[in-house]
Amino acid sequence: MTVALTSVGVDYRGKPCLGPFDLAVAEGEVVALVGPSGCGKSTAMRLLAGLEQPTRGTVHRTTERGQTSLVFQAPTLAPWMSAEANVALPLELAGVDRREARSQAREALGRVGLGAAAETRPAQLSGGMAMRVSLARALVTRPRLLLLDEPFAALDEITRRTLADDVLALWSDLKPAILFVTHNVEEAVYMASRVVVMTTGPGRVAGEALVEGPMPRPAGFRTREAFRRTAEAVSGLLAKGMEQAA
Amino acid sequence: MKALTAIAAPVVFIGLLLAAWETACRVLEVPSYFLPAPSAIGAALRDNFPLLAQSGWNTLATALWALLAASIVASLLALAAGLSGLVEQAIHPLVITLSVTPIIAIAPIVTIWAGLEHPERAVVGLAAVVAFFPIFSGVLTGLKSTDPDLERLFDLYGATRWQKLTRLRLPSAAPLILQGHKVAASLAVVGAVVAEFGAGSGGSQGLAWRILEASNRLQTAKAFAALFVLSVMGAGLYALLQVAERRALVWWRGR
Repeated sequence: MTVALTSVGVDYRGKPCLGPFDLAVAEGEVVALVGPSGCGKSTAMRLLAGLEQPTRGTVHRTTERGQTSLVFQAPTLAPWMSAEANVALPLELAGVDRREARSQAREALGRVGLGAAAETRPAQLSGGMAMRVSLARALVTRPRLLLLDEPFAALDEITRRTLADDVLALWSDLKPAILFVTHNVEEAVYMASRVVVMTTGPGRVAGEALVEGPMPRPAGFRTREAFRRTAEAVSGLLAKGMEQAA
Repeated sequence: MKALTAIAAPVVFIGLLLAAWETACRVLEVPSYFLPAPSAIGAALRDNFPLLAQSGWNTLATALWALLAASIVASLLALAAGLSGLVEQAIHPLVITLSVTPIIAIAPIVTIWAGLEHPERAVVGLAAVVAFFPIFSGVLTGLKSTDPDLERLFDLYGATRWQKLTRLRLPSAAPLILQGHKVAASLAVVGAVVAEFGAGSGGSQGLAWRILEASNRLQTAKAFAALFVLSVMGAGLYALLQVAERRALVWWRGR
């Protein structure tokens, strides 16, 4: 287990917005977190990242500082830095020698297929490319836990699918535990070996579904019977979770 | 074609305006102390050019010193306010009060403080007061405009306060810092002129003094000529900073 939330609850200005909520992510496991807008998915993610403390309950983590990485919906790159400098940033902030950090950043950019774009600034990159830089930055520290907060939500369908495969390929290299937040059911089933469904806010667990099949996904996985059955099941849980709250 | 129109339109418009002005002055026989014709202003500009250029330079130098002083003080204060909410709360009312105070009202006091034998110091100080607010507000707003997700990443990566300031907040603030300085530069020129009027001494010998002097002697054409130099200077400085800002932003953003 890399990280676990046990009966956590978070209130904002006295109003509950998450919980009671439980979630554990095992070493090297890819878990998708699905839920309606405003159910507290991003809050759960910030708890896992250690950027926020729960009002109630406990967060247990076996990872150390610097072993968790985060990717947001927007690429969140510093516009005044080149792609390489952006990717090298986590290493440089941790005190890694500048030259060493830059060389590792180049390598990470190469892994996401952007080896030639090292000197490019974010403003010159397409949305998909900027997201790849963001992924490279998240992977450069070789994290044990990778948190992805709706990373493809702003991208077009083709780019989303390509990036989904890229993330899984990168995962099979380094095997970090991944928590992938999305509100796209098919994407969740495609990316994860386990899908946790949340209720309408304050979010609780509405249920979970295991996804059969190899990782990374083989071609045509989306047309398989098992894929469609699981997606149906997740949609059902989502609907149930929204009814319960209503 | 579009670029040509953009240049031609104001040139033609101003030309027509000047022609109408010139014609009206001649036809209506307006006395030149009341409203000199553009040709008379041109002649006054030509005859007094060395003097006006020197006075213009004095005013410009005042504005630039004021800009420098304002930049240092305002940036440091904004930095302190940006780093500590307590400091911001403490100085905010004072900054607002200062920014709404007409400098003409504090000019006599500042002149006394600067020493009656150093009116140029008072003028620089007063112009700096005018240039202070846009820089302060630009730097402070800039420091607060950091992308919150980028800030979260810095927290996640365990960045120190110093690293967050130098590697995140200051570079994020760059566009607003530049903008603040651009606005402050034109205000510093206005401030320098108003301060020259307000400080009320011929010792500073800037354009305001030339305008005052010429008006008192009913040399209205010369006053207009000084005004012309002033507006060219102000517009020139603004254009220069506009270009500098654009260049700097291209460098900052990479395109």
